[in-house]
Amino acid sequence: MKAEAIMVTPKDNVVTVVHGAKAGEEVHYFKGAELCSVITTEDIPPCHKIAVAPIAKGEHIIKYGEIIGGAQVDIPVGSWVSHLNIESLPRDYGSELSK
Amino acid sequence: MNFMGYKRPDGSVGIRNHVLILPGCACASETCRVVASQVSGAVNIINNSGCAEVKGNEDMTQKILVGFAANPNVYGVVVIGLGCENVSHSQLRESILKVTNKPVVSFGIQEEGGTLKTIEKAVRVARQMVADASQVTREPCDISNLMLGIECGGSDATSGFGANPAVGNLSDRLVDLGASTMMSETIEFVGAEHILARRGATKEIHDQIIQICRDYEAHLAAAGQDCRHGQPTPGNKEGGLSTIEEKSLGCIHKGGTRPIVEVVMEGERPTKKGAIVMDSPGYDIASVTAMVAGGCQVVVFTTGRGTPTGHALAPVLKVTANRATYQNMIDNMDIDVSGVTEGEVSIEEAGASMLDEVLEVCNGKTTKAESYGFSDIAIDRICRFI
Repeated sequence: MKAEAIMVTPKDNVVTVVHGAKAGEEVHYFKGAELCSVITTEDIPPCHKIAVAPIAKGEHIIKYGEIIGGAQVDIPVGSWVSHLNIESLPRDYGSELSK
Repeated sequence: MNFMGYKRPDGSVGIRNHVLILPGCACASETCRVVASQVSGAVNIINNSGCAEVKGNEDMTQKILVGFAANPNVYGVVVIGLGCENVSHSQLRESILKVTNKPVVSFGIQEEGGTLKTIEKAVRVARQMVADASQVTREPCDISNLMLGIECGGSDATSGFGANPAVGNLSDRLVDLGASTMMSETIEFVGAEHILARRGATKEIHDQIIQICRDYEAHLAAAGQDCRHGQPTPGNKEGGLSTIEEKSLGCIHKGGTRPIVEVVMEGERPTKKGAIVMDSPGYDIASVTAMVAGGCQVVVFTTGRGTPTGHALAPVLKVTANRATYQNMIDNMDIDVSGVTEGEVSIEEAGASMLDEVLEVCNGKTTKAESYGFSDIAIDRICRFI
């Protein structure tokens, strides 16, 4: 079957729903080879993200297996994740240098 | 592998055969526009600065103007200046002749006695240059002479899933064939710079990639600005990209996976062949401007929201992985890779067909932006005008 949403890596706690979804819809995605689904709690616009795990305020949002920001509020499963509830985090460039 | 190019006397190979009417300063931009409008085969660019600049801005402007003149797609150059600007038309001509031996002629509007007299002389010279250029014919040239600029603009979530990985595959194919590819937009590495840096061919290159991000953020901070104010853009946010990290993690795919052999400063020409990184702004128009000045003959531009941009000297192919955007902006989009996002086409298949399309454009096929005569340019600024 064809999934409606994309999970880039199994570490991710968000999926992207390419064509959008209505509140209460069951949205399918592949976590590796495993077909999973999440019920949305609100309307999700095209290309936007849904939380597939509960994310507490201050916790990291993971996509591509990497940190894409921190939660500004508690984000329950099925919620819309966007610039309205997550924020960019400062970089620690010094620690990334090899010398 | 070969493409059909124009061999230049300086050893470079062009895929277009333009005569460039080049304004040394803003006061000559309109004169250049009129000259180019009189000569079929001549193109002008708009220069909105070139005077009352701090040293850093002056250096950037000159680097871009000289780089445009030296771009292999240019047969010859007619420089027009005013006469009271920081860098005179003859100084600019001399700077160009230090890096290339192609034909360069220059005029000053004050010396000639006004715009009409300048236009008359410049049109005559440009007409002859176009006639000379028309006698240069395309011949088979090895693909190692090619440098592809890789840009993204108006990104959405499909850029990171579809268009950028497909272009990354195209980049790997070109590098494997001996060509060069250049990825830029330092601000759009921020949040993913630790991953991009792992592609550095040496420890020094690894650290350079981290350092250009750190320096860029520090430069903006010194002016009291935060890069996160303008990044992601409102359009990116509407397209599902919520933070600069998320945007960058999608952006860096467009450069492929091959080792990065050199990091060059904005507008500078690489000295090595292979995968190159240029330190430039996330502002797409300024970044394309800098890569064309750095010698790229062709640019592939991924977009999710849809961008019409084109450059006067280098064809810019617009690629989208958003099916709705391709259909909505079909008059501006050159390549549809939405099959990747929809799971119908593999990244490898999309990369292979894009290589065919890029080679056709190198051989002379016109892009949509070229058909419309689009000529976007933005020269990056270090600081305010004086």
